[in-house]
Amino acid sequence: MLDRAHDQAGPAPAGKAELRPVAFRGAGFSPKAGRHAGWIALLLAIGLWQAAGSAGIVNPLFLPTPVATLRAIWQLAVSGALWQHLSYSVMRIVTGWILGTVAGIIVGFGIGLSSLARSVGITFISALFPIPKIALLPLLILWLGIGEEPKIATIALGVFFSTAISVYSGVDAVPRNLIRMAQSFNVPFHAIVRRVIWPGALPSILAGFRITASIALLLVVSAEMIGAEYGIGAFVLQAGNLMQTDQLLAGVVVLSLFGLAVGRLINWAETRLLHWR
Amino acid sequence: MDCFVASLLAMTPSKAGYGTSAANGTHMDLIADHITHRFGALEVLDDVSFTVGAGEVVAVVGPSGCGKSTLLSILGGLLQPSAGAAELRGAPPPESLNPLTFVFQDFALLPWCTVEENVEFPLLDSGPTPGERKTIVDDALRRTGLSDFRGTLPKQLSGGMRQRVGIARALAVRPAILLMDEPLSALDSQTRELLMEDFVRLLADGSMGAVYVTHNLEEAVRLADRIVVLSRRPGRVREVVNIPLTRTERGDIQAWEKLLALQSELWSLIREEAIDAEREVQHA
Repeated sequence: MLDRAHDQAGPAPAGKAELRPVAFRGAGFSPKAGRHAGWIALLLAIGLWQAAGSAGIVNPLFLPTPVATLRAIWQLAVSGALWQHLSYSVMRIVTGWILGTVAGIIVGFGIGLSSLARSVGITFISALFPIPKIALLPLLILWLGIGEEPKIATIALGVFFSTAISVYSGVDAVPRNLIRMAQSFNVPFHAIVRRVIWPGALPSILAGFRITASIALLLVVSAEMIGAEYGIGAFVLQAGNLMQTDQLLAGVVVLSLFGLAVGRLINWAETRLLHWR
Repeated sequence: MDCFVASLLAMTPSKAGYGTSAANGTHMDLIADHITHRFGALEVLDDVSFTVGAGEVVAVVGPSGCGKSTLLSILGGLLQPSAGAAELRGAPPPESLNPLTFVFQDFALLPWCTVEENVEFPLLDSGPTPGERKTIVDDALRRTGLSDFRGTLPKQLSGGMRQRVGIARALAVRPAILLMDEPLSALDSQTRELLMEDFVRLLADGSMGAVYVTHNLEEAVRLADRIVVLSRRPGRVREVVNIPLTRTERGDIQAWEKLLALQSELWSLIREEAIDAEREVQHA
């Protein structure tokens, strides 16, 4: 029989000394992003900018107002110029990104899985990764001509190295115990790669996509500024040369929206594919 | 103490262990044959030999760092020993898909797979048709009380339930010998007790043997037919102790005293070395 103690839940026995609460000292160090504060701050900043322009405090040539920028975007959209420029840029980004990503995933898996590929690959990647890829564009133009190829190749190169690195770090980060578990059940090599290493490396690969998407955007604009008739980069450069700053900002806003959309797409992919985390 | 252990050593192994797989005409022994292992200059195991008969449960105990887990990896073919070998004698049961099957300390569940998918994982490339796989998985989940958790992800499960998934996965391939690497040490004591009862039940009919690596002497005396006591690093076989009770008998309240006595004998065998081993680890 259990000897149960009673009356334990009652108030503390009245002593001589006064009761005082234990001081709370666990506050802070856990910042949380609010849902609305960011948007309100953004709108406030845009409002101030608009007010400064409307009041004539800022010269609209140097900083067009948000309304003027929106108007420029609208005009570009209506005239069809926006889509023409955007479609060139998107085509270059998508082609370059896919080429670089496919090559990066193959090489990354090679480095992650094979000793030979690792010894050779890491040396090359360490040597070539730090080169600003845009510096290679003139050389690529010499090799590939002045068409789309050198621009796409620049983007593909930039994407390739980052992807290869994130893929092999992802493969390296797959818990050893999961691989040993699969081996202990005689799961064949290809199935371990497909069922254990690929999903295990996916978080790192998707995080890499976030970086390579912004690399691709950066490189497409740079490449288009160096030599292109169409494309958002070319458009922004032309607008600058003609002092059409509202058009220039319109191009920048379109780029930023494009970047945001890609970020959203990757978020969506992460929630779909990494729901298990 | 020596006298007590010697009397245990003199006893024949418990016959309770030699169950159905021997009766089926299949009989597979797992043999540690003079296994020595070094990691670089560090000698971890030194000339370890013992045999695990069909349906027999052998616990391997010893102070921390004595190479228990390394030994299990070698026995299961996940690590090549520097010298000696892990060997099998006899044929495994024909229905076994993976005669030597691990149950891991950290469960080693695929976090992106549901309970059901984790249990099915070792079957995907080993032959059974989808229909057969479903039957096998259903059976393994039922035996481990996981039938209501098929669609659950590992992160949603408690530690004890996760290890049950690990056990269900092992059962699905119908092992001849389970290689259990401290399967309870990541769990709290209440969960440990519950799983211990499951182990006793699973191993009761002698259809599976097991090598049970643990630092917990209570687990060893409750589960094992024999206990291999390793010395501190480099691990050598110090003693092999037979447990003179069947696992069913050990559930009896009268047996507790005997088991406790045995446990304390074992502890006195290990204690000095455990102290040395602990100091060594702290110096390292």
